[in-house]
Amino acid sequence: MLYREAGQFKASYEADQQIFPILQDRVGVLLLIGFFALVVPLIADQYWLKAILIPVLIFSLAAIGLNILTGYAGQLSLGSAAFMAVGAFGAYNFMLRIDGMPFLVAILLGGLCAALVGVMFGLPSLRIKGFYLAVATLAAQFFIVWALVKIEWFSNYSSSGVITAQEIEILGYAFDGPVSKYLLTLFVVVVMALLAKNMVRSTTGRAWMAVRDMDVAAEVIGIRLMRTKLTAFAVSSFYCGVAGALYAYTYIGTVEPEGFNLDLSFRILFMIIIGGVGSIMGSFLGAAFIVLLPIALDVFVPMFLGDLVSSSFVSNLQLIVFGGLIVFFLIVEPHGLARLWQIGKEKLRLWPFPH
Amino acid sequence: MQFFFEVLIGGLLSGVLYALVALGFVLIYKASGVFNFAQGAMVFFAALTFVGFLEVLPGWTGLEEGGRAVFWLSFVLSLAAMVVLAIVTEKFVLRPLVNQPAITLFMATIGLTFLVEGIAQGIWGANVRGLNLGIQDEPIEYMMENFNILISSFDVFAAAVAAILVAALALFFQYTRIGRALRAVADDHQAALSIGIPLRHIWVIVWAVAGFVALVAGMIWGARNGVQFALTFTALKALPVLILGGFTSVPGAIVGGLIIGASEKLAEVYVGPFVGGGIESWFPYILALAFLLVRPEGLFGEKHIDRV
Amino acid sequence: MAREIGDVILKMEGISLSFGGVKALTNISFDVREHEIRSIIGPNGAGKSSMLNVINGVYHPQEGQVTFRGEVRRDMEPHKAATQGIARTFQNIALFKGMSVLDNIMTGRNLKMKCNLFHHALHWGKARAEEIEHRKKVEEVIDFLEIQSIRKTPVGRLPYGLQKRVELGRALAAEPSMMLLDEPMAGMNVEEKQDMCRFILDVNDQFGTTIVLIEHDMGVVMDISDRVVVLDYGKKIGDGVPDEVKNNPDVISAYLGTSH
Repeated sequence: MLYREAGQFKASYEADQQIFPILQDRVGVLLLIGFFALVVPLIADQYWLKAILIPVLIFSLAAIGLNILTGYAGQLSLGSAAFMAVGAFGAYNFMLRIDGMPFLVAILLGGLCAALVGVMFGLPSLRIKGFYLAVATLAAQFFIVWALVKIEWFSNYSSSGVITAQEIEILGYAFDGPVSKYLLTLFVVVVMALLAKNMVRSTTGRAWMAVRDMDVAAEVIGIRLMRTKLTAFAVSSFYCGVAGALYAYTYIGTVEPEGFNLDLSFRILFMIIIGGVGSIMGSFLGAAFIVLLPIALDVFVPMFLGDLVSSSFVSNLQLIVFGGLIVFFLIVEPHGLARLWQIGKEKLRLWPFPH
Repeated sequence: MQFFFEVLIGGLLSGVLYALVALGFVLIYKASGVFNFAQGAMVFFAALTFVGFLEVLPGWTGLEEGGRAVFWLSFVLSLAAMVVLAIVTEKFVLRPLVNQPAITLFMATIGLTFLVEGIAQGIWGANVRGLNLGIQDEPIEYMMENFNILISSFDVFAAAVAAILVAALALFFQYTRIGRALRAVADDHQAALSIGIPLRHIWVIVWAVAGFVALVAGMIWGARNGVQFALTFTALKALPVLILGGFTSVPGAIVGGLIIGASEKLAEVYVGPFVGGGIESWFPYILALAFLLVRPEGLFGEKHIDRV
Repeated sequence: MAREIGDVILKMEGISLSFGGVKALTNISFDVREHEIRSIIGPNGAGKSSMLNVINGVYHPQEGQVTFRGEVRRDMEPHKAATQGIARTFQNIALFKGMSVLDNIMTGRNLKMKCNLFHHALHWGKARAEEIEHRKKVEEVIDFLEIQSIRKTPVGRLPYGLQKRVELGRALAAEPSMMLLDEPMAGMNVEEKQDMCRFILDVNDQFGTTIVLIEHDMGVVMDISDRVVVLDYGKKIGDGVPDEVKNNPDVISAYLGTSH
């Protein structure tokens, strides 16, 4: 089927305001979800599921979270990983302390904890902007990780705050294998991504973008800066929190607060820069890119350079490639892979004609 | 009470070093409007390059190991490396991103951080190295005898170096032609360009000066704690200093550094034990944040009025 | 004209505003009547924009009081002005650059949309109906301003004149009872100016919207205004119908620089 919108006339505003207005996009998204839900579990082996697909999905969710705050509402945050930690430890404690706590409710409650903490650390955004705010979010990063280590109640008095995620059971079915964990993650991430897409194309999303683009004008047309910014912090932290809970339960299993360090926050930031600032689709592309790149380097560099290189060389190379790509994307394509994807689609729309 | 003073003075002395790193930020921010997150990586890069040359130069040149000649040659070569870094950064990062939003440039410097860290370790390896500057690190007897206060001679030396550096930079920017050009650029890029100040040269100069500051900071910190990856975290120490002092103020960086240094040590000693210790990582941030809520423009920053 | 000028709805009394010692406005009083077109003129730096900023709460004057529809306001926030039906355009276009024309104008209706975040996330039933209902209103504005063909274009890509028109659209979408227009015709060519004049007069005529206008083009101001306030160096030097103002010696000297 050719990628054409010719002949698809919108007779109502309803039709014009669908989530994916072009027929081929709707079909494409459905096919993609179908592929990942039905075909991938059959063909992917354990390694792919555990080491690539599950982390890509989880980081996509975290990247959507950061994208809501930074890409849509324009508030740069360097503390995403800390909010993931709050989600992980929140969900853990709900599971631990309340008998018969349903898993899905626990991760949502974990997300809510993160949202609350996010709002708290979002309060300074009402008075400060730009770098000042970015630096302020570092306070969240350091304080939260410290608190999770020092306040032993959070980790049920385990040493240095390590927690081990409980078994997942939903309606009597145990999610213990990689396939079932993958499907569970996929379900949560797809649903939340669609909800996020809805939010950003509605009044809420427009208010976020208005504040991002010009806050004085936004206030003048009646948008409340405080409420809008805090909503962005809450929703963003909620997404990061749920991602953190999934990180603990369906990906790593045993986590410690130090695992949610500044480095992870930076990686999530890189995902949205490379994937596309202000794009839900881009969050997925960026997460996939950042997860796959080190794996690809690990595999291919020794393959081509053989024994010439040590493992420390590869890890340094990884730093260089990450850093270089960030600078490259900011200069060449500030809207990231998502923009390239769009350009590709526009070309396809006109194909075989150049214009 | 002696103990209190010991902690206070120790804090003030480490505050001087925070101020030194913060100074690098302020210089670059004033001249190019870039919030250079890579300043910490530059400290690491500079210190690693310096010890790297100290190690390899005797083999290459036949100079006496640990001698004065090797020391100064390494210093000059490291400085040259920082100048090269400044030129490369200007050409490949700043110039293509000119007129982009400040936040984009900030993110670019985070990328630059990774790049510089990777290159530094790629060239010199990731091992922790000791660095001996030939300064004794032992208590000053005079203070010990007369006031019963323990102060290390090394710390005093470090503070003196930092103070001299700050004074020299202040004079440089106040009284030289380049300094005047730099202040003009800081005030208004467009206006500076229009009267014929070569913006790009200024940027290179400022980044090179920031590299020089990073080298000195890296040598002092490295001599104290070893030259290692942890040097990059000096940037994280300097950020609250900037919030407190304001991004554009040299005196702000110094006073902010002293306040942060002293208060974090005092807090660690007097408050830390009650909450499990280790509060140094976040205390400066919370302090700076609390301060921001009262005075958003920092201690010495200029009040900003939105014009519409 | 069909419209009838009504009672005083906005009263500025003894307004003084300064920024850290620099006086922007000194003891200025004037009023605005319902349905009229009231212009504020004056040389550059006379404090015209500051005056608008005081009216809708962006700046808070140190002295004086603002009375809008009988309510005295102190230190009001801008969004409160928006809820009272005051809309605004800016001298240097203040559109949301990253959004399309349609989305920009839709934001103008944000105060009239009642759905919350959770409705939006689901985008089902109520939220959807609301979105479509307001889309209809926005399309009316788009038709009125004749910008149908660019509704999906990001505003950053539009030429200056069209951006000004979109900004007017965003203000109109709020269905305001009073509009503050800050140099809506600055930088436009004659044709664009004529269009903009027509839109302003139409808005005033059809919807009865009260208009407070800052403009430099004297021809336009004298043509379309009911009454004019003249500011110079933050002080009021003239006030009245266009003919009065035109013949006021203070105004003439402020503009032509004749000696006193």
